Amino acid sequence: MNGKYRILLPVLSLTVLLAAVFYLQPRAMSYFGLNLLFNLAVPIALATIAQMMIIMVNDIDLSVGTFVSFVACVTATFLNDAPLLGVAILLASILAYAAIGALIHIRQLPAIVVTLGMSFVWGGLAVLLLPSPGGAAPAWIRTVMTVKPPLVPMAVVACVVIAGLTHLLIMRSSTGTLLRAVGGNAQAVARSGWSVTKLKAGAYALAGFFGVLAGVCLVGLTTSADANIALRYTLLSIAGVILGGGEFTGGRVSPVGAVLGALTLALAGSFLSFMRLSPDWQIGAQGAILILVLAVRLIFSRRGRKWKGAENG
Amino acid sequence: MDNSRLSTVLAIPKRPWFWAFAASAIAYLATLSLTEGRGGGELLSAALTFASFSAIVGLGQMFVITLGPGNVDLSIPATMTLAGTLSLKFMDGAADLILPGLALAIAVGISTGIFNYLLIRLLRIPPIIATLSASFLYQSLAIWWNRGLRIKPPEALADFSTGSIAGLPNLTIIGVLIALLSWVVLERSIFGRWVSAFGQNTRAARLSGIPVETVRAVTYVLSAVLASFTGYLLASFSGGAALNMGTEYLLISIAVVVIGGCSIAGGNSNVPGIWGGALLMFLVVSMLNSYGFGAGVRLIMTGAIIIAIVAAASGKGRSA
Amino acid sequence: MEVATGAGRSMPDVPLVALSGACVHFGAMRALDGVSLTVSPGECVGLMGHNGAGKSTAVNVINGGLTPTEGHVRYGNEDGKHGTGAARARACGIRSVFQELSLCPNLSVLENLRVPHRDLTGFGWRKTAAARIAGALDEIFPGHRIEPGMIVGDLTLAERQMVEIAAGFASGPTPPRLVILDEPTSSLDASIARQLLEHVRRFCAKGGAVIFISHMLGEVFEVASRIDVMKDGKIIASRPASEFTQQGLIDAMGHVAAEKAAARTAVESDQRIGGEVLKTPEGLNARKGEIVGLAGLAGHGQAEALARFFMSRSGKLGRVKDPEVAFVAGDRGRDGVMPLWSILRNLTLTHLPSLTRRGLVDAVAEQALGADWKKRIGIRTDNLDNLILSLSGGNQQKVLFARALASTAPIVVMDDPMRGVDVGTKQEAYDMIRTEAAYGRTFLWYSTETDEVCQCDRVFVFRNGQISAELSGDGITEENILAASFQMQGTGA
Repeated sequence: MNGKYRILLPVLSLTVLLAAVFYLQPRAMSYFGLNLLFNLAVPIALATIAQMMIIMVNDIDLSVGTFVSFVACVTATFLNDAPLLGVAILLASILAYAAIGALIHIRQLPAIVVTLGMSFVWGGLAVLLLPSPGGAAPAWIRTVMTVKPPLVPMAVVACVVIAGLTHLLIMRSSTGTLLRAVGGNAQAVARSGWSVTKLKAGAYALAGFFGVLAGVCLVGLTTSADANIALRYTLLSIAGVILGGGEFTGGRVSPVGAVLGALTLALAGSFLSFMRLSPDWQIGAQGAILILVLAVRLIFSRRGRKWKGAENG
Repeated sequence: MDNSRLSTVLAIPKRPWFWAFAASAIAYLATLSLTEGRGGGELLSAALTFASFSAIVGLGQMFVITLGPGNVDLSIPATMTLAGTLSLKFMDGAADLILPGLALAIAVGISTGIFNYLLIRLLRIPPIIATLSASFLYQSLAIWWNRGLRIKPPEALADFSTGSIAGLPNLTIIGVLIALLSWVVLERSIFGRWVSAFGQNTRAARLSGIPVETVRAVTYVLSAVLASFTGYLLASFSGGAALNMGTEYLLISIAVVVIGGCSIAGGNSNVPGIWGGALLMFLVVSMLNSYGFGAGVRLIMTGAIIIAIVAAASGKGRSA
Repeated sequence: MEVATGAGRSMPDVPLVALSGACVHFGAMRALDGVSLTVSPGECVGLMGHNGAGKSTAVNVINGGLTPTEGHVRYGNEDGKHGTGAARARACGIRSVFQELSLCPNLSVLENLRVPHRDLTGFGWRKTAAARIAGALDEIFPGHRIEPGMIVGDLTLAERQMVEIAAGFASGPTPPRLVILDEPTSSLDASIARQLLEHVRRFCAKGGAVIFISHMLGEVFEVASRIDVMKDGKIIASRPASEFTQQGLIDAMGHVAAEKAAARTAVESDQRIGGEVLKTPEGLNARKGEIVGLAGLAGHGQAEALARFFMSRSGKLGRVKDPEVAFVAGDRGRDGVMPLWSILRNLTLTHLPSLTRRGLVDAVAEQALGADWKKRIGIRTDNLDNLILSLSGGNQQKVLFARALASTAPIVVMDDPMRGVDVGTKQEAYDMIRTEAAYGRTFLWYSTETDEVCQCDRVFVFRNGQISAELSGDGITEENILAASFQMQGTGA
């Protein structure tokens, strides 16, 4: 409930997991080790931010994974072969996101289902673009993603920048405040003469924008794409937002927390491979880590929470 | 709101499940028009059979979704897989173990349902994340137990699951019976009242004396039991359990509930619509297949149809 | 009925708002039926009428939320910068503070100001917003302890209402000229309500105008320069406040106020009250047939004590047919009403387990129970199968009363159940409670209004979450309650 405690959990869970990884594999405690650990975290963090934009306005996006896959396919094909057309397609997909947001609000549709439908659409488009894995990453993205800044690896720098910028945009700016207000009390926003439809479309457009960034970055790392490349991002991004202290309703989100949550999830995969766990239990252990971290959340949310009626906070 | 105009237009087919059945009929006729009416019986029988699986898991998901925003069971696929693999390995093809195998499958459902509920209740994890994380555990458990072996179901069970009585597939009969039972529970029983009250306003439900935690626990267990029962049937029907046998039912179970006209905002459920949605999901895919569309177009069309149905069916807006 | 123009007192200035012949129809219902009303600078108009009289509709027409089907609205300060609806009204300095809270609980106090104040953009908007809201809070509620950076969800109900009021009066892109206050004091305790009333008077003296809606007659008489009485969508009387008496006002609204608060006698309550039936860790106790009041300043732990008690004695599957306690909610939307359901289903919810056989609901018995209570408690509807939301607030409240009283629970817990309920319904509810107590029911009754607390046999006064005094019989007086509420407390705010 309380803003102060909200950020503690993601910080703590990331720290603990990082400490565990370093303990198991001391060599990870280096420039290259960190780069390796967090390399794939950048697109996950961006996808989590995209999901957060939707959760911020009390909706949920089940199409993030297929959308990022679609963007990856566009990046590895059109953006590489015909950059202008590629950019146009990506802009159009952001507009499509905005249109979906408007449609959901105007017709009062359940976002969970519309985005479920959209996940089929994006998935289908991705299959049409790249029926089998392939394509190539544009050289400039490769360059950006493999830059080696001094002292701290690119992945960490990128995550700090993403967290900082989205914090400014969502938590500090007046537009971000208005968007969060939609999640908190859309009726009050409408009563003050704002168009909630436009605001929701804006939030969805932001989600589309960050989804595009996630897809482009992903291809920059993997150098090629396939239609199923990011399917698991849907569930990862939802888990990341919640892990980061966000809540499904009420416009309570934290961009910094979301990035930290995404890092934690990315790290959990590396942690398990260092554990030399039997492959049978790899998935299960991810579930267990998720449960464990959320159980710790209980301790934080209990503190400072006043008794405020029935316990369906 | 501006929905009032739309609602007058849409007032004719008032029932929220109308669209699902209407669209199913269109998809069915569109498929048959290609073959000039041949194979209509086979298509119908296949649709009824495969829709049974979606309908049974969909009914479980419906109960959960009726509990209101945030309540959804993402562990359905993993529970199906776990129950399917465990019960088939236990029966090991022996006909006299069919019923104990069923009991085992149900027991798996009860256990996963209780586990899901405990995560939600004791650790206060939002249901979406709780059932998702738990499903990873179930998935691992199934992998570990099964080790990729494909064990055949007892012959009698396989025959039953692919057989039919008077032209109606046995699975359809089971699916319809479960739907009827669910309808009675929702519309006529006190438990149905409580589920609906929970979904409309949990706090008010608690304050009017409803044992809300019992209601929630039973609902999650019910969903898991229906999923595990489906897993048992599906594994028997398809000649063995596979580790990915439940995967497609994650999205289908949710899609079926909403296409069927249940309110995702909670409190409002609709049993006939589940069958309508289940039939539609199958018939659309077979229609697109028979028109020779590739996987990409098929996916796009499926998505577009889901959105179109939902947009048409819930034009009246929420009752907020 | 004659339509009053409302320009009772002539003011030299241009009126801030003028409705002429405004009608609003919702389907067949005429929510507003030819209302003409002007508000001029310096006026404080008390808008009176019981639930469903058309007050909210009139207010929504004035603030641009509704467009009248007939007639029109004119604003005095229209500067040609057109816009429509709510935006147009806002540009003319019309501000509304609504009964139901319209803040965003996830935002901080200053961030909430961003929603109505469109000019808060660009660099430094936070500083401007903080200055505006802090300025208004300091001016209206000196001694408040609200920081602009606090998250609204972490504030108490009273503090939220203070923020909402302050936001209404805060200076912004256009200065507030006419502020509409709809039940502004419903969650405030007496001392803070007083600060507000004083501010309203200052505001009007400086040339602002206020439309004041409250069911607290005392408050209305204290601030209003003119009182407009509404009934059935029309204004039926509009006179300077000094020409009304409290009794006359109630009569005008169409209800006969029953002045029989002291009707119960010591003998009567002696016969009624039996042995102790409950005791809570806070020290709250009650006997069979007793009406026990919980009083004190709003937000001092009364509602929490009731909720804790109710939660500890309910919700067990084994006892649904024979509940120990039943609950009457005051905050209907949050704690009571099932919005998708009919009146009948809402009414029978608590008692329903006793009307089931093998888990199935006996529909005939349910209908009978509903019909019985419709008659007993006087729910104004022609069909119990209508949606609960088709009823007015007061009638919804009756349904919630019936829900609790229809059960067999020997203890009934009431959490400020008369919030926003009209005088007539209140009297009916008082009678009902007394009758039920005579049958041996015990009532735990939290109320923010002293005249309700005075209906009780015994009263516990709460302060800072603890019981500070127990009053009974003739000791239950406003003075004693206030003394116990404020004792040893330097700051009232």
